[in-house]
Amino acid sequence: MLDLTYEAPKPKVIAGAKHDWELVIGMEIHAQVASQSKLFSGASTQVGSEPNSNVAFVDAAMPGMLPVINEFCVAQAVRSGLGLKAAINLRSAFDRKNYFYPDLPQGYQISQLYHPIVGEGEVLVEMGPGIARKVRIERIHLEQDAGKSIHDMDPAMSFVDFNRTGVALMEIVSRPDIRGPEEAAAYVAKLRQILRYLGTCDGNMQNGNLRADVNVSICRPGQYEKYQATQDFSHLGTRCEIKNMNSLRFIQQAIEYEARRQIAIVEDGGKVDQETRLYDPDKGETRSMRSKEEAHDYRYFPCPDLLPLEIEQAWVDEIAASMPELPDAKKARFMGDFGLTDYDANVLTAEVANAAFFEEVAQGRDGKQAANWVINELFGRLNKEGLSIAETPVSSAQLGGVIDLIAKGEISGKMAKDLFEILWTEGGEPSEQAAKHGMKQVTDLGAIEAALDALMAANPDQVEKARANARLAGWFTGQVLKATGGKANPAVVGQMVNQKLGL
Amino acid sequence: MNANELTIAAARDALRKREISAVDLTMACLTAIDAGDALNAFVHKTPEIALDQARAADERLKGEAPDLCGIPLGIKDLFCTKGVPSQAASGILKGFKPEYESTVTSKLFDAGAVMLGKLNMDEFAMGSSNETSVYGNAVNPWKVDDRKLTPGGSSGGSAAAVAADLCLGATGTDTGGSIRQPAAFTGITGIKPTYGRVSRWGIVAFASSLDQAGPMTKSVRDAAILLQAMSGHDPKDSTSADIPVPDFEAALTGDIRGKKIGIPKEYRMDGMPAEIDALWAQGIAMMKDAGAEIVDISLPHTKYALPTYYVIAPAEASSNLARYDGVRYGHRAKLAAGDGITDMYEKTRAEGFGPEVQRRIMVGTYVLSAGFYDAYYNRARKVRALIKRDFEQVFAAGVDAILTPATPSSAFGLGEMANADPVEMYLNDVFTVTVNLAGLPGVSVPVGLDSKGLPLGLQLIGRPWDEAGLLNHAHVLERAAGFVAKPAKWW
Repeated sequence: MLDLTYEAPKPKVIAGAKHDWELVIGMEIHAQVASQSKLFSGASTQVGSEPNSNVAFVDAAMPGMLPVINEFCVAQAVRSGLGLKAAINLRSAFDRKNYFYPDLPQGYQISQLYHPIVGEGEVLVEMGPGIARKVRIERIHLEQDAGKSIHDMDPAMSFVDFNRTGVALMEIVSRPDIRGPEEAAAYVAKLRQILRYLGTCDGNMQNGNLRADVNVSICRPGQYEKYQATQDFSHLGTRCEIKNMNSLRFIQQAIEYEARRQIAIVEDGGKVDQETRLYDPDKGETRSMRSKEEAHDYRYFPCPDLLPLEIEQAWVDEIAASMPELPDAKKARFMGDFGLTDYDANVLTAEVANAAFFEEVAQGRDGKQAANWVINELFGRLNKEGLSIAETPVSSAQLGGVIDLIAKGEISGKMAKDLFEILWTEGGEPSEQAAKHGMKQVTDLGAIEAALDALMAANPDQVEKARANARLAGWFTGQVLKATGGKANPAVVGQMVNQKLGL
Repeated sequence: MNANELTIAAARDALRKREISAVDLTMACLTAIDAGDALNAFVHKTPEIALDQARAADERLKGEAPDLCGIPLGIKDLFCTKGVPSQAASGILKGFKPEYESTVTSKLFDAGAVMLGKLNMDEFAMGSSNETSVYGNAVNPWKVDDRKLTPGGSSGGSAAAVAADLCLGATGTDTGGSIRQPAAFTGITGIKPTYGRVSRWGIVAFASSLDQAGPMTKSVRDAAILLQAMSGHDPKDSTSADIPVPDFEAALTGDIRGKKIGIPKEYRMDGMPAEIDALWAQGIAMMKDAGAEIVDISLPHTKYALPTYYVIAPAEASSNLARYDGVRYGHRAKLAAGDGITDMYEKTRAEGFGPEVQRRIMVGTYVLSAGFYDAYYNRARKVRALIKRDFEQVFAAGVDAILTPATPSSAFGLGEMANADPVEMYLNDVFTVTVNLAGLPGVSVPVGLDSKGLPLGLQLIGRPWDEAGLLNHAHVLERAAGFVAKPAKWW
């Protein structure tokens, strides 16, 4: 395996009216735990069910109901922590975060403020070949999701759907190590990729299964380095938190806007207020949601209904032993074992299913050729049709068969593309389809020799000229190919022409 | 003697000897309940359910049946009972009928017990006199003059019903003394088991880390029988302990020779009535006569128990009661045009909760709020750990049980505390709250009458999970005290 080394990317610099400014960004990612049932109840997490059909008594906070921890969700959090190279806390505890809202039936969210299940870890965020930002993870804690308030169904009434209430979330908190909008988006994409590899979150951002709160501040160049050296936040600017973003594009736009807003305030001699803001994608701007003074007092305290969560190292080890190969390792292996470029390796490891498909195709074949076919032909076609790798009509065995036919010289590259098209629409075994569609190149030496002999006999002048000037031998090759309807293997024909002409 | 006056143990034997049927026994109780409306002990009567259960019990009694088969019980309103109003004596749960049965009542009914109805209590179990109930107070069947007396609280309805023979036994819950204090005020036995012994699932929560359900009965033996049926691990309650439940009744050997009984000096408080002191001395003598060794012990953090309790309990309550918001069940205020969600919360909770509950929600919210958390809640948690350690050290030194008064006085008159500082009322819990803070088992046993003729009780505190030993000590005290007095029927 290749040991890849990276250089840190340059921070984004925004030129203000007076100075240059840098960005400092930290993120809280809320990732829905991939699990059949909720964090503290047996109710289903199925998306798209009838409103209020996946609600246990405890989810609806009926009197006297009690939470019981879902062991699978704990395992998923541990797995995620291991995937982010993080410390696993064998003892963690649940706290209550108290606030009133109709979609929060208990009047509190059960979370882990004081003792999260996962401690410090890190994520490598690539920003180009050989360039990557190491983003430190502060913690991951488990918590309950809220339900959904619906205000637009009736002019006078609001409705609540508790299907989502109590679904397990992992809140993944980063340190303020992200230095630009592109890095922020890349960080979310990388986390999403890792979680999907691990199978701990489906990463569906559109459904809100992965969403981000983004903390943005600005500072003058040089200040961030002081913060890094001391971990003293006073070297940095006042941060604003942009809540609940579920699109990589909006995250970038929001950060860009927010940074410029803060720069304008500071350069005007003002002060940035610490506050919570929302991004409006229609207007392309952030607006204040609540100020620090209006911030809720959540009155966190340890949840008395749940004992501290104690897990055993042996159990963590068991989970660690079942970990899949993660994106960074897979990419390095693809580059090392198959000789792929950085770019191709990134593309092929973006999704675990893509990587697995590629590996099946590349098995026992030329890796670069396999990568070209998978990326250019297959992915290109899938993209065009809006299909996922799981829906591909051409299997890895079929695509491998096409590549084998090229390697054996039985079909040309051009024919292979036609064959791919046939397999896409008709299916079938590649070699049989090639034969059926008359694609196989004639490598029957007897037939080629007979055609060449006839040609040479009919054109003695050309034979003489070619013997005098080897560059003219190509004429014979062309004529034989024409005579065999393009099916003769050009390399074989060329070789025989040279031999017959004594070149 | 009417059948409703039987103890559980006596009724168990009579049912098996066919001296009485479960239906007759139940009818006797239902008649007594109807005649006892002046006590305001039952807030929802369930005669149809009771008779159905009694008939089924009679069938079952033809063969092998559990001890509680056919035994009519009253259930505190804090327990959720399927299809039966369960309001925690609060206006905010008006009309609430759960679609589920609490683990405790499920266990009781599975064992063949008969539910006579729901019993009065302080609202959300917050109170020591039953006067915070939305149904009005229950009344103590004990009465020595014109004054009506409190049965204590919060399990006042349970205490009144058992003492007045409206039922053979009742369930109670105890967060700071809510089983033991009313038991002492009404001359009956009540045990709060070790935290985690009895499932909390389906019991409306007051302060989750302190709440425990337990039996309230006419004898220690009955308490053992009823506690047996209520106890056991429940996977639906994460704080319920997965440890075996011993045979409590079999533990009642009456032999405590060589056992060490601790007498904590800190419980001898300034201004304690001489009668209470004398009763305590009698109790000590009784235990000594039974062959126990009496040792003076110290529980140095006792004086901090009450303030600690009144930080932790309201803190948890303020969070536990947040769910009563008018959105999903119970009371919702009528809203004016233009009212928003905050108006709905404020009006609903202002109308639905009584003053004592509101006071505790506000206290709890305050002690958890930013800037005060460390000074109040966190400090209280630390003191709680010290109180627990006090007990651990005493038990580690070989003490088997601790004997203390159960209450600082006998039952007081209803309404007498109406204008008092709330802290005056909280002082009722002074001997009992430590036990909840430490998670220990505690039992109140009637030992004598005061000069006015009202019952007084003593409290025995046991080692964690040693309800069996604790009940045996209580059994010895009960026999030695020979408390047989019953309230004169005036209702």
